[in-house]
Amino acid sequence: MIEAIFFYVFSAVLIGSAAWVISSRNPVHSVLALILAFFNAAGLFVMLGAEFLAMIMVIVYVGAVAVLFLFVVMMLDIDFVKLKAGLVKNAFVGFIVGGVLLAEFVWMYLRWGMSQVTPHVMMPTPDMAQVNNTQALGMVLYTHYVYLFQISGLILLVAMIGAITLTHRRRPDNRTQKVAIQVARNPKDVLKVEKITSGSGVH
Amino acid sequence: MLEQAQHMQIGMQHFLLVSGMLFTLGVFGIFLNRRNVIIILMSIELILLSVNLNLVTFSAHLHDLTGQVFSMFILTVAAAEAAIGLAILVVFFRNRDSIAVEDISALKG
Repeated sequence: MIEAIFFYVFSAVLIGSAAWVISSRNPVHSVLALILAFFNAAGLFVMLGAEFLAMIMVIVYVGAVAVLFLFVVMMLDIDFVKLKAGLVKNAFVGFIVGGVLLAEFVWMYLRWGMSQVTPHVMMPTPDMAQVNNTQALGMVLYTHYVYLFQISGLILLVAMIGAITLTHRRRPDNRTQKVAIQVARNPKDVLKVEKITSGSGVH
Repeated sequence: MLEQAQHMQIGMQHFLLVSGMLFTLGVFGIFLNRRNVIIILMSIELILLSVNLNLVTFSAHLHDLTGQVFSMFILTVAAAEAAIGLAILVVFFRNRDSIAVEDISALKG
């Protein structure tokens, strides 16, 4: 009973905030709705027994991706009202495509069931009483999927370097230190020691 | 396993239906905000979220951890995609003073 209540609350808020994301006039509100959607999806993940993934979801999406979106939305001076033009025409096409898609999903999921054949389980989930979700994921991720894990790290590295090199801007008027010129300077060219006899002064 | 899922009040189908609705909303968002790249990127995040929900649902009901592992990889790729996409957006806005999708046509030749 309590499970059903939690499920319906989480999924109602998830769907509602997803609708808010795509329909809001103000993109800052869209980002905030996106954060709400991710929190509720994390709640659904906890209900499914994937606690580690739920927490990662909150950290990565709310802590990093949503803040990134918020920064971009607030830093760029964009006229969002102009971008809303032609909404009704787009909404009509969207309603057709979305309606067909939703009808197909509902039809498929309502009529579809698991076959009686036992599925081939690749990595059976261990008993939750002995091994918790984080430990179980770690035991799989660092052994059987270690190459994929490393490659996903590489993808993040490439994304980081790409984002930095794309957005890095060298201003022509800034006064950075030019090390080569500094090292090439010869003290003989720039320094002159003069002996000055007392009383004569400097010419 | 199947009988267990059917006896439970909230079964696999409920989660899958929520995931399907979320996917639809993401696709609808792309159509609705066809000019605004930022909202399109957010819609793509919603679509990836629904895929994750689908994978975790199957992972939970088949008692197979593979779904959760792959959901984590999707999370990684989604984060990388958001970072690169927003970086491209920032550079484009600097050059063109606009993020409207119609203006992104420099590669047309």
